[in-house]
Amino acid sequence: MNQVVEPAQVKNFNLINKLQSILPVGSLLTETEDKAPYECDGLSAYRKTPMLVALPTTEEQVVKVLRVCHEMKVPVVARGSGTGLSGGALPHEQGVLLSLARFNKILNIDPLSRTAIVQPGVRNLAISEAVANLGLYYAPDPSSQIACSIGGNVAENSGGVHCLKYGLTVHNVLRIRVVTIEGDVMEIGSGALDSAGYDILALMTGSEGMLGVVTEVTVKLIPKPQRAQCVLAAFDDVVKAGDAVGNIIAAGIIPAGLEMLDKLATGAVEPFVKAGYPLDAEAILLCESDGTNEEVADEIVRMQQIMRDSGATEVRVSQNETERIKFWAGRKAAFPAAGRISPDYYCMDGSIPRKALSQVLLAISEMTKKYGLRCMNVFHAGDGNLHPLILYDANIPGELEKTEAFGAEILELSIKVGGTITGEHGVGIEKINQMCVQFAPRELEMFHAVKHAFDEHALLNPGKAVPTLHRCAEMGAMHIHKGKVSHPDLPRF
Amino acid sequence: MPFSIENLQQKIIRHAESHTPLRIRGSGSKDFYGGESRGDVIDMTAHHGIIEYEPKELVVTVRAGTYLADLEKILADSGQMLPFEPPHFDGKGTIGGAVASGLSGPRRAYAGSVRDFVLGTRIINGKGEDLHFGGKVIKNVAGYDVSRLMCGAMGTLGVLLDMSFKILPLPAAEMTLRFQMNEATAIEQVNRWSGQPLPLSASCMCEGALWVRLSGAATAVAAAKQKMGGDEVADANNFWLSLRDQTQAYFQTDKPLWRISLPATTPPLELAQPQLIEWGGAQRWVAGDIDARKLQQQITAIDGHVTLFRGGDKAAGVFQPLPAALAKIHRNLKNAFDPAGILNSGRMDNI
Repeated sequence: MNQVVEPAQVKNFNLINKLQSILPVGSLLTETEDKAPYECDGLSAYRKTPMLVALPTTEEQVVKVLRVCHEMKVPVVARGSGTGLSGGALPHEQGVLLSLARFNKILNIDPLSRTAIVQPGVRNLAISEAVANLGLYYAPDPSSQIACSIGGNVAENSGGVHCLKYGLTVHNVLRIRVVTIEGDVMEIGSGALDSAGYDILALMTGSEGMLGVVTEVTVKLIPKPQRAQCVLAAFDDVVKAGDAVGNIIAAGIIPAGLEMLDKLATGAVEPFVKAGYPLDAEAILLCESDGTNEEVADEIVRMQQIMRDSGATEVRVSQNETERIKFWAGRKAAFPAAGRISPDYYCMDGSIPRKALSQVLLAISEMTKKYGLRCMNVFHAGDGNLHPLILYDANIPGELEKTEAFGAEILELSIKVGGTITGEHGVGIEKINQMCVQFAPRELEMFHAVKHAFDEHALLNPGKAVPTLHRCAEMGAMHIHKGKVSHPDLPRF
Repeated sequence: MPFSIENLQQKIIRHAESHTPLRIRGSGSKDFYGGESRGDVIDMTAHHGIIEYEPKELVVTVRAGTYLADLEKILADSGQMLPFEPPHFDGKGTIGGAVASGLSGPRRAYAGSVRDFVLGTRIINGKGEDLHFGGKVIKNVAGYDVSRLMCGAMGTLGVLLDMSFKILPLPAAEMTLRFQMNEATAIEQVNRWSGQPLPLSASCMCEGALWVRLSGAATAVAAAKQKMGGDEVADANNFWLSLRDQTQAYFQTDKPLWRISLPATTPPLELAQPQLIEWGGAQRWVAGDIDARKLQQQITAIDGHVTLFRGGDKAAGVFQPLPAALAKIHRNLKNAFDPAGILNSGRMDNI
């Protein structure tokens, strides 16, 4: 044991000793093989091994871990189920990966006030399952709801297929308990509909683990609708399908869900889901009505009429719950289906004004020719959130790079038509360069100032969500549109 | 000097340099609300009008000084509405004031509040910087949600210039039902109904009765009436407007008016004064000379908070004080947006 001990190693030893004294036995992972499952989240193209993985079981332990990390200036990345699609939970090599997976209890369910208090590691779907006998459910339903945690949902402001009518996470959370990097515990929000002070609850929701660590969440539960029914409409032209979406909204209908799949997508899911999708259609729409028996009966008739008037070649209505679930099964299987028809796929998350839908779909179709890659489109059509899945093969040299360039072009088009680079998956590490295109330097500086208000030393999830101006300057040099850089007032280095 | 964004930026920069306070004001319909504000007035009524409105997008983008009445008229012409039913008060309330105050009307407990429908904002911060946050799309998680942070911040973080909102179709049918019921029964009953698939859109308990508004498809409203019973109230629209704008008899008082926000299912409060209850029990009004500190303690213990809404002794505090850790974050945020502390100083007296 004569080897020279580097100062960094001394710091590591100290950190390990301190954390071991805080955490129960077996709750601090230091060995490479133990840490391997935490190398990446749902965006598996990006991987890093964290210095340490901490698995606390109580809020008290979280407080102490954060205090130690704050004192020793060690980065901390919080993680729920690791299903995120933007690398938000990508570990820091010199930091602690703080897993909240053991915070997996539902603490309280109150049927009269229609609220549930849950720990952040509780799975999204587990909440709805636990309250189903009360005729209630938790509305936001991201496709990963079987696995994703509510803490992660708060971090990403997750949506789902029903959010046009029932809102996002931010609309369905009443209160969170948060531990700051300094180890202070804050209750944000309350059992009331509002709280004194600024709306920190809204600010924290979707903040990608940059501002604090959530240790408890109070969610709103809503009554399960009496009835739900789904219209499946086929179109021989994506433009017509896009127009049908606008026509539904213009008729004063807020569908419970309104989704589009293009021909490549229906073709990919049909062989193994057997949803009965018409495979000759260029696009299909799934349009759901829910509510009281009377409302649904009315609305379904109107929806069918609008689909036909918009040029649908075929319109079907689910006749029972089995059929309705079958209609949706195809949509929900779109991502795994992409994995079946291609070795790799890359999911984008741009959000656009609905009126730009046809224009963007046509442009994506042109891009498939330009990059020589296939792209299947599934789309939360009702709220303008696109999920183009670019199909590629990482084993073919250069194909990942081409895919990333393709993705970047879609995101930049989303911004150009008045939309945003991310509707629900978050910026994380994946879309950090496109943040330089969407926001001006002074806006990014404002974001950094917000971060600083919570985390002076930038220890929580460093390097995610908001790019440094330096990064944007370097990136800007590569992004010249029509002879003009995107933000000419940006200082150059 | 005529209103222009550039002039406004220059004005803010000058005041920041000299640490001179600025008071942001729309029509003044909510001058009564919040702490005493001081400083040179920024008159936002000159910055008005709709920037973009396409009914098919369910989104409207509007300048801060636009009167709510004008905006709602234009939306109604296309069969749409601001779902949070913002108070107009004296009839001149502006959309900027609605966002800054964060106040919502009778539909709030059922449709959501102003912050639930804000999609994007353009603001000038305390350094005079022109900043855009959020956008015109319904789903957007790029960057921190600064737009929603502006709701209820009383103009202390920036001057709101333009805002985009998600809007919704006007309900096809509405009906108001009245039930003779004491408060305890009414609070429980309305919360039980809220747990069932019924098209509730407003509720109020006053003068020994429970009032419930139903909104939705005509068939759904009729079916709910069948299920719930009660007496149908003709021409109830004025009743709900009188609650929204506080012209209802209960609010005609010289006594200080307190707003109590608390969990909806809380049983009737033991207070000497009669109360008016809204939002399924989550918003309760009480008028009277009440010891602020005592009331705050009583309500904090049951997970709520108190605001001295109108009148009374503002020097004793309008908004409820914050716990230490949260207060520190508030100070840090205020400092991040308005380092010179010039914007609406004193208007939010708990930060």
